[in-house]
Amino acid sequence: MRDRVAKGPLIPYLLWIAFFVIAPIALIVYYSMLDLNGNFTLENYKRFFSPVYIQMTLTSFFYAVIITFFTLLISYPMAFILTKTKHKYLWLMFIIIPSWINLLLKTYAFIGIFGLYGPINAVVSVFGIESQQILFTDFSFIFVSVYIFIPFMIIPIFNSLDKLNPTLVDAARDLGASPFTTFRRVIWPLTIEGVKSGIQVTFIPALSLFMITRLIAGNQVITLGTAIEQQFLVAQNWGMGSTIAVFLVLIMLVSMLFTGRKAKGGRV
Amino acid sequence: MNRLSTPAKIYVAVVFIILYAPIFYLIFYSFNSGGSMHNFESFTLEHYQAVFEDSRLLVILINTIIIALLSSLISTILGTLGAIGIVSIKNRKMRNTLLSLNNIMIVSPDVVIGASFLILFTMIGVKLGFTSVLISHIAFSIPIVVLMVLPKLLEMNPNLIDAAQDLGATKRDVLYRVIVPYIKPGIFAGFFMALTYSLDDFAVTFFVTGNGFSTLSVEIYSIARVGISLTINALSGIIFVVTVLIVIGYYFVTRRTKLANGGLGRL
Amino acid sequence: MKSLINLSIAILLLCAGLYFVADQLEASGGKGSKDTITIYNWGDYIDPDLLKQFTEETGIKVIYETFDSNEAMLTKIQQGGTTYDIAIPSEYTIEMMIEEDLLHPIDHSKIPNLQYIDPYYLDLPFDPKNKYSIPYFWGTVGIVFNPNLIPDHITFESWNDLWDPSLKRKVFLVDGAREVMGMGLNSIGESLNAKDEKLLRQVTDKLVTLSPNIKGIIGDEIIPLMINNEAAVALTWSGSAADMMSENEELDYAVPQEGSNLWFDNFVIPKTAKNIDGAHAFINFMLDPEVAAQNAEYVGYSTPNKAALDIMDPEIVNDERFYPPEEIKDRLEVYENLGLEWLGKYNEYFLEFKMSIR
Repeated sequence: MRDRVAKGPLIPYLLWIAFFVIAPIALIVYYSMLDLNGNFTLENYKRFFSPVYIQMTLTSFFYAVIITFFTLLISYPMAFILTKTKHKYLWLMFIIIPSWINLLLKTYAFIGIFGLYGPINAVVSVFGIESQQILFTDFSFIFVSVYIFIPFMIIPIFNSLDKLNPTLVDAARDLGASPFTTFRRVIWPLTIEGVKSGIQVTFIPALSLFMITRLIAGNQVITLGTAIEQQFLVAQNWGMGSTIAVFLVLIMLVSMLFTGRKAKGGRV
Repeated sequence: MNRLSTPAKIYVAVVFIILYAPIFYLIFYSFNSGGSMHNFESFTLEHYQAVFEDSRLLVILINTIIIALLSSLISTILGTLGAIGIVSIKNRKMRNTLLSLNNIMIVSPDVVIGASFLILFTMIGVKLGFTSVLISHIAFSIPIVVLMVLPKLLEMNPNLIDAAQDLGATKRDVLYRVIVPYIKPGIFAGFFMALTYSLDDFAVTFFVTGNGFSTLSVEIYSIARVGISLTINALSGIIFVVTVLIVIGYYFVTRRTKLANGGLGRL
Repeated sequence: MKSLINLSIAILLLCAGLYFVADQLEASGGKGSKDTITIYNWGDYIDPDLLKQFTEETGIKVIYETFDSNEAMLTKIQQGGTTYDIAIPSEYTIEMMIEEDLLHPIDHSKIPNLQYIDPYYLDLPFDPKNKYSIPYFWGTVGIVFNPNLIPDHITFESWNDLWDPSLKRKVFLVDGAREVMGMGLNSIGESLNAKDEKLLRQVTDKLVTLSPNIKGIIGDEIIPLMINNEAAVALTWSGSAADMMSENEELDYAVPQEGSNLWFDNFVIPKTAKNIDGAHAFINFMLDPEVAAQNAEYVGYSTPNKAALDIMDPEIVNDERFYPPEEIKDRLEVYENLGLEWLGKYNEYFLEFKMSIR
């Protein structure tokens, strides 16, 4: 379908890219090469490769992978089932609505729910089990992060499943494919674009999660986003903050390369 | 939901319960006379009364809604056009570069976006307040709209466009009569995602707001130091109920008119 | 396509309608008048009734905007583009703002009520002669604890009690490099303004041994968590402590003997202010003993206003934990502005400590 559509629509978009993507990135790269006194330096980059920052990058990466995995694991079947319901668009809206309530408030609610004296521990104690420490653990951090990202993952997958032609599935079944084979050979490949969008809007934001790391994980998990925020707002070291941001952008480009290459095989 | 198997129903129910648990928790305690989010003492409506007496809070709420709706609308238009434009680019390298630039905004931490926008606005001389907040929200919502619309465009059957052109449609016709109707679900998804981003954003708004203009999340964050009052819970409860009613009402109204017109009942 | 256009128009109309409503509300709320001042303060850090009273007395309308951290506020004011007439930062931020020439000098002759402020809180190193700032509230850094949840021998007379093995996973720390590193420095008898790489190394190594006791390093949510007895012990500011103790009567607050931090939140007038006279009038109004007393009882922090203390509830004023006697106050130190380079080092060591908690 290329070339059949006018290039006109692209102009406002390109302007946006110039002003709000390229200009800010140029600013960040510029700041990343400044020291505290505003002199040119590469010291920030050197510091990024010290053990503390490398360790932080790796753990941040590790958690982002886990979060994305669980988000996908929960969202895909959910999106699949929703497309089969009668009022599917209504149900989809009900997936989105919770994310319109302020995140900080919901996080405070989770603090209450997970607390030593919260409803979960109250239920647990009915079975004679001692109150469990749920807050400030890996579990609570991953749980709440997955909670945040579920709607963002479901929407693109729902969209791609929704337009999936049911006759294709029927045809596969008629040809004797098992449900699993149908899924693997027909449904999954046809919805891979949606899954990729979902992963993109989950994985990288998971790397730059902040606030949750403090509220729910008690700073026992430190992500790149937390570190950037600290550098900008607490240490007032915009140089170092920008340097970490530059690496975040680099990681994103690499991960896009990964999700992008496979796409070339089939369509477009 | 009759077509679903029981395990599927249970699965959906569990996910929905989890999604709504914190919201019901908030609403539950908005009726607490005890004044905090633990130790429910007795039922009261005083926090709801407080919401309507606080005109500052109401103004902030309205600001938040206006910004969210306007920014989502504008970013949906720009983003959809952008996505169509991206697909129309022949050069694969060029297209991938654009996509990467698009995604940078999604991955950048809010603080970085906020701080760099602040520098940008002060450099250009945009007065901080409604305009700067609106522009920023549009700016960070556009890429998400593109990401939502793009898969739909990629999955579109090129024959549709060929057919339209064979039938004498101009490029403009193709855009408005063929492409846009086909990618409509993607456009809606983009709009609602943009709405979500805008309503939830704290960090960017914080940096670019000023001169007395404030949104709900900025207000909530700055209250946190001395503890969030249940008035905020009550306000969230009201927002939640009203939203649900609007969504259900809108859904059934559009459904009925479409069914009456012989349509498919899609959104 | 048509439905999309209709929908867009509906949204635009809705926005216009909402704008009209907001405008009406604002008109009734006082915005838009000629004589206004804009105040930039922490959220809910002033009795809103006093803002109304100020407007009634002077005819000056108040626009109130909020921030959530000193650093974020500083960034906003540094960049310009805003016209705040009054801001209320903490002392180390004030020092930075003075250094960067962001503040308008305060004309003491326009603030006669300054006489009510206890001289103890005036003329401090961060702002000699109070040329740029006037005290609003003050407090200390200390330990909130629930005596019922910890062994009796732990009294927090010393910071080193935090390292007691019986406190395993029972301690919250506030998420601030200055506070935590300062606590470490105090615990080995050093100044919390130390600029000595060796000392910081030593303190970090000591803090790492504290990590088994740490339950979380958190921010403002420490208040509801402590109220709810989620942990037994928390390192925090006296202001937060007062909030917790008013809700949970089991809690107690202590400032260990080795010394601690004395902090201030002061009024300042940024250089970009438009209504300088209005700003002075507001500061003077807030220093009026009756007003200061009412505000202190609303906010719950310690007021520097001597005359206000006389009219406040004696139970509050005589509470030595929040209005400590001279001999304790003598051991407190105000944070000095370390300069960005040292602030960065404090943060780097603090990050290293945080990474050790698992």
